[in-house]
Amino acid sequence: MTAITGTRPVRRTRISTTAIVYIVLLGAIALSAVLVAAAGKSFFSAGTLTSVLTLMSILGFVAIGQTLVIISGSLDLSVPYVVSTASIVGAGIMAQGAAGIVPGVAAALLVSAAIGAVNGLIVTKLRVHGFIATLGVGLIISGWLGTSFQGSFGSAPAEFRLLGATTIAGVPLSTIIMLVCAGLAALLLHRTSLGLHIYAVGGNAHVARLSGVRTHVPVVVSHILCSMLAGLAGLLLLARTSVGSPTIGSQGGYDLMSIAAVVLGGTLLAGGSGGVLGTIGGVAIFAVLDHTMGVLEVNPFFKDFLRGAVIIVAVALYAWRSVQRRPPRFHGKGKEA
Amino acid sequence: MNPPADSGAVVLRATGIVQSFLGTAVLHGVDLELRKGEVHGLVGENGAGKSTLMKVLAGVHQPDHGSLELDGEPIAFTSPLQAQRAGIATVYQEFTLLVDRTIAENIWLGREPRRGPLVDRARMLRDTRELLETIGVPDLDPSLPVRQLSVAEQQVVEIAKAVSLDATVISMDEPTAALADHEVALLARIIAGLTDRGIAILYVSHRLREVFDLCTTITVLKDGALVGTWPAEELDERTLVRQMVGRELSAFFPDATPGTEPGEPMLELEGAGNDFVDDVSLTVRAGEIVGIAGLQGAGRTELLHGIFGADPFSRGTMRVAGRRFRPRSPRHAVRAGLALITEDRKTQGLSLNLTVLQNALGVVRAVFPSRTRAARDAMPSALAELELVARGLDQEVQFLSGGNQQKVVLARWLAVAPGVVLLDEPTRGIDVGAKFGVYEVMRRLAASGVAILMVSSELPEVLGMSDRILVMRDGRLAGELPSTSSEEDVLALATGADEEAAA
Repeated sequence: MTAITGTRPVRRTRISTTAIVYIVLLGAIALSAVLVAAAGKSFFSAGTLTSVLTLMSILGFVAIGQTLVIISGSLDLSVPYVVSTASIVGAGIMAQGAAGIVPGVAAALLVSAAIGAVNGLIVTKLRVHGFIATLGVGLIISGWLGTSFQGSFGSAPAEFRLLGATTIAGVPLSTIIMLVCAGLAALLLHRTSLGLHIYAVGGNAHVARLSGVRTHVPVVVSHILCSMLAGLAGLLLLARTSVGSPTIGSQGGYDLMSIAAVVLGGTLLAGGSGGVLGTIGGVAIFAVLDHTMGVLEVNPFFKDFLRGAVIIVAVALYAWRSVQRRPPRFHGKGKEA
Repeated sequence: MNPPADSGAVVLRATGIVQSFLGTAVLHGVDLELRKGEVHGLVGENGAGKSTLMKVLAGVHQPDHGSLELDGEPIAFTSPLQAQRAGIATVYQEFTLLVDRTIAENIWLGREPRRGPLVDRARMLRDTRELLETIGVPDLDPSLPVRQLSVAEQQVVEIAKAVSLDATVISMDEPTAALADHEVALLARIIAGLTDRGIAILYVSHRLREVFDLCTTITVLKDGALVGTWPAEELDERTLVRQMVGRELSAFFPDATPGTEPGEPMLELEGAGNDFVDDVSLTVRAGEIVGIAGLQGAGRTELLHGIFGADPFSRGTMRVAGRRFRPRSPRHAVRAGLALITEDRKTQGLSLNLTVLQNALGVVRAVFPSRTRAARDAMPSALAELELVARGLDQEVQFLSGGNQQKVVLARWLAVAPGVVLLDEPTRGIDVGAKFGVYEVMRRLAASGVAILMVSSELPEVLGMSDRILVMRDGRLAGELPSTSSEEDVLALATGADEEAAA
């Protein structure tokens, strides 16, 4: 009569959402291996690894930032324009040569951070939902990019282009940087007060406030970090393409693709739950599918079709799991003996 | 177990608190003294200002006039955080927990233990475990996400959080509103442990019996003003109710309308079961009020959801008005003349930011569109009959008190003229006057030949309103009792104590 534990619903240990993401990733790899082998090519090669990891790096940066923003209960649709802006700013300053690398990188990241701060302040101080706030800021930046720059702008010196070309034991340097950022973001989320507060604010801002959390800080910081990561992605694209481009971000569709990767990785779109590890898994799934379809030279429309299907199936699976949280007390159709 | 009321020094003194919202005074100069180690009951009808007073103490509202003293020092809070740091913790009626985070993360939110720049997770878990041991629930795992906890356990986490703040005063707003009786006993034990350590508890509750069981001092508020403060032993339930409502209720429960006789069976179940209940057989006749008692988690709500088609039965037979019928969905059930008044009106009963009228017409419009016009024409008088107090039919229901919200829920379902009404905790969280109103509606419905099946965790309500009482345990019917039974009889059946005694 006194044991409250008796009233608790039976708890089943169930595999975590993150585990599912990686199981799906393994499935995608297995399927790809079979399909590629059937086409008479080899899937398990150093070339494949490098290709997949390269495909992961740019979207990876953006998706890590998007993860932070989404967990904090906001959304960032301005990332593609931040990517373009960073590539333009970086290329403009680096056009003077190798001496421009450090100031170029610094300026690009600063401008990105400023955009993120504006996003965060609009969301918190003006109480505009992240969807609309960043849509607006994104439109403003894209307007500026479109009117001020026609075609490519500036250039990247050879030393900087090495960043996009170097691989260490088959792993592109850009991907290593991306994974380091992922590790730092995970550390932030799980082992710092700020990180726990990002979850708290995204889960329920009112509760967080009543617990003494300064609720604006986590949201603004998430937005700043998200924009800086998008800026890093822009710099990396600059290193690969060697010129700044006002449209490189929007061509990549990084806004929706990053949100898709985050949600595929098991982070709740409503905020308050999820993590970077899942996001990296989501990004990897997209990269494997992209690589395989590239090798198989399938119709590009089919590529989009498959991406869309994967997202819907994954999220439907998570939704089904959350409904199935409560195990039945009685089983079977007939009367129990 | 409770020290005498005069044993402790005054910890918190509020003097002449005046609080207005948008020009309307909600508190008119209220005084309150809390003493070390006492459980101080704060009672009054909804709208009496209890929650507002509590929020003033918690630093959520800054009073327009009046002063607060903590341990003799004048204090003024500008934020909830300041009040917390000063040692005044509050357990709100709506839990302030993050459901996707663990117990430990919730308790230490905003003041995570650190080692250098990083959060010391190991220490967080260790401290939580110790904390849960101190308040007497050592078997709760601090790393469980709150989503997996029962309501009672979430309440325990809230209290643990308050204790972890080294609070000298803990306010609890309706802490037992969602608890079954045995869980209330656990809460009482935890509270006794806290008062032994000199913590003062401010206890707001509508359950008067509990107020008498737990509290040493009782303060009554009415319409934002102080009625008085008395030692609990100088009061009895009847006097207290008179102080609260300013008039003596003829009885807590209205008698059946004369001439109400059980008629034809309206709802029959035979061996009905789904994933959560099993082998339920029962009959409810026209004009009957049948109560369902049982502990939290006994499957009472699940039974109603089965009958209503929300979790359809997968076995057994069900008849409505004599015809075989097994609803596949709530919509299907409503078409057959069933109505379900859910236990949580805010999330399952109402669309909070729609108007009174939109809410009241919600079900008719969705299920019987052709009757909408007639229902709309009849609605003002229907709401007037329920004695709804609202600024108008176009007021959003989120601004109504709990009792008035419940009246809108009732209107919403009465508009479809159901033959069988399923009620789940019909008076949870509403004040004494509004409760009486709900009981009168039930009597009136019964008199008009409606069959009523009511789930309630408040035993006096089950005993006072039901013609017969069905007791559930572990998803099955444990037995049936006449309305003349005692609370002990019901509890024995609900907990299985009778079987243990027999074995």
